[in-house]
Amino acid sequence: MTTPAVEATGLVKRFGDVRAVDGVDLTIAPGQVFGVLGPNGAGKTTTLRMLATLLSIDAGSARVLGVDVARRPHVVRQLIGVTGQYASVDEKLTARENLRLFGRLQGLSRSASAARADDLLERFALTADAARPLEQYSGGMRRRLDLAASLITSPPLVFLDEPTTGLDPRTRGQMWDTIRELVRSGSTVVLTTQYLDEADQLASRIAVIDRGRKVAEGTPGELKRLVGASSLHVELRDAARAPEAAGIVERVLGEQPSLSPEASRVVASLPDANRAGDVLIALREAGLDLASASIAEPTLDEVFLALTGQPTQGEAADDQEVA
Amino acid sequence: MSTTADSRPDTLAPTEDGLSRLVAEGHDLRPRVTFAETVSQTFALAGRSVTTMRRNADQLFDVTFQPLLFTAMFAYIFGGAISGDVRSYLPLLIPGVLAQSTLTACMATGVQLREDMEKGVFDRFTSLPIARIAPLAGPALADLLRYALAAVLTVAAGLAMGFRPGGGVLGVLAGGALIMFAGWSLAWIFTWFGTVASSARAVQGYSMMILFPLTFLSNAYVPTDTLPGWLRAFVHVNPVSHIVSGVRDLMNDGAVTAQVGWAVLGCVVVAAIFLPLSVRSYARHL
Repeated sequence: MTTPAVEATGLVKRFGDVRAVDGVDLTIAPGQVFGVLGPNGAGKTTTLRMLATLLSIDAGSARVLGVDVARRPHVVRQLIGVTGQYASVDEKLTARENLRLFGRLQGLSRSASAARADDLLERFALTADAARPLEQYSGGMRRRLDLAASLITSPPLVFLDEPTTGLDPRTRGQMWDTIRELVRSGSTVVLTTQYLDEADQLASRIAVIDRGRKVAEGTPGELKRLVGASSLHVELRDAARAPEAAGIVERVLGEQPSLSPEASRVVASLPDANRAGDVLIALREAGLDLASASIAEPTLDEVFLALTGQPTQGEAADDQEVA
Repeated sequence: MSTTADSRPDTLAPTEDGLSRLVAEGHDLRPRVTFAETVSQTFALAGRSVTTMRRNADQLFDVTFQPLLFTAMFAYIFGGAISGDVRSYLPLLIPGVLAQSTLTACMATGVQLREDMEKGVFDRFTSLPIARIAPLAGPALADLLRYALAAVLTVAAGLAMGFRPGGGVLGVLAGGALIMFAGWSLAWIFTWFGTVASSARAVQGYSMMILFPLTFLSNAYVPTDTLPGWLRAFVHVNPVSHIVSGVRDLMNDGAVTAQVGWAVLGCVVVAAIFLPLSVRSYARHL
């Protein structure tokens, strides 16, 4: 049996009276991307920081590749790379100076750390900007450098805390490619995210965290089945005919759709995207005039609604995480 | 002292945890930080501080402009009143300004450490397999350059104003060395503030509160025989007084006196208390 990359039981972290993490169990098999999904303040970052020796563990225990985190933090630190939510690089140094410093700190000789820095700059497409002060770096470049700094010793386990929060879609895609590449080269990646699509794209297993507890765990497919996949939204020009449209949708999809409060909009869960066409054709044949039609992917809010029976707190889920 | 939780014996029971298995699989893992590694990490981090210092030369204001200003200002204000004329006051004043400038520079150590700790890069230091003392000792080592700069400028200003130290070149160098050692050890007080305070502003507040009594309630600027008895008692136990007296003896007389001994002892005691406190409090942030 292979040793799990991470094995945590009953992890607890208290901040004053608040139990930020309240008994989380995790078993993460090596060689995969494991996603920890949850809204702001759910306890994802705190969980990750405990596993990465950045925070003490108040109760429960954790092992990284079989090594106890609380008892042997120094050994665990040799096995992991950590990329935080805020760039954990020195703003006052250049990219090359940062990488060399971290290499030296981890016992590489002057020449070895210089060579390693150049390797990583090349791999993360930062060579051209290696001598620029970090103040001039874009968010995406900073994240790439941050990730590069975590990989100096090629650690078998890499923790990424919200690696793409605040990045534009193109840079986000590049970061995803880098993470996939990392796993192909044999590392295990544990990442936190508040985006379901990110977890879906990258992770082979996802744990959903809410209010310090794990509320679900499974493959992306299993989780999406919990939510009911995509949904079809159609809006009618004549609100009075909405019930008639709802009847047609139910006949085609075999499931009762919901009507919006103002009754001009019909929303139906759509397990198979191909059926959307059938619904639209049936509506046109019935002579119903549509104002708009769209298919929406399940959102994190819907996952939460399905898993916890309550929506995520506030509208913060799409903003930058602050906790 | 250099690590937090792994103060256990070196031997590992094979079944104790995954370490021995990982080592068997070919991972090059060390159970703890060695002394040599600690030294090399401290120097790497001192190098980082020096680079940062060079790029932010404006932050050297407290060790460049301030000692020059204080030397000139105090010499012309107090010189006549205390010693009859400016030139005879300089042997008394220069060691005092050295102590004042060095203590101010120490304070900046604590404030900068706190600012640094609030940035992401300290998370990186924490997550790296390095000695817990290195992120504190590195900047402390680099700050020796700041104290040296302050000492050179103060003595140069003094020389320009007519200061002719009786201890000669060796005496002045020895005085400079003593003041740098004092700076290094007293800086651990402010480093400790840096690790316990909630913000850089708070560090500044605490530091000011102890900096002023320590420097002004000493013999740095005035002879102590005019002071009321209770104040003289405090001045005599204040380590800064012993440092100032020690530097005076070295620079003016070229003599290694008992005051030098007391100064060194005082500094060793301060470092012996505040260095472990700082490392402990920094490691507890984890």
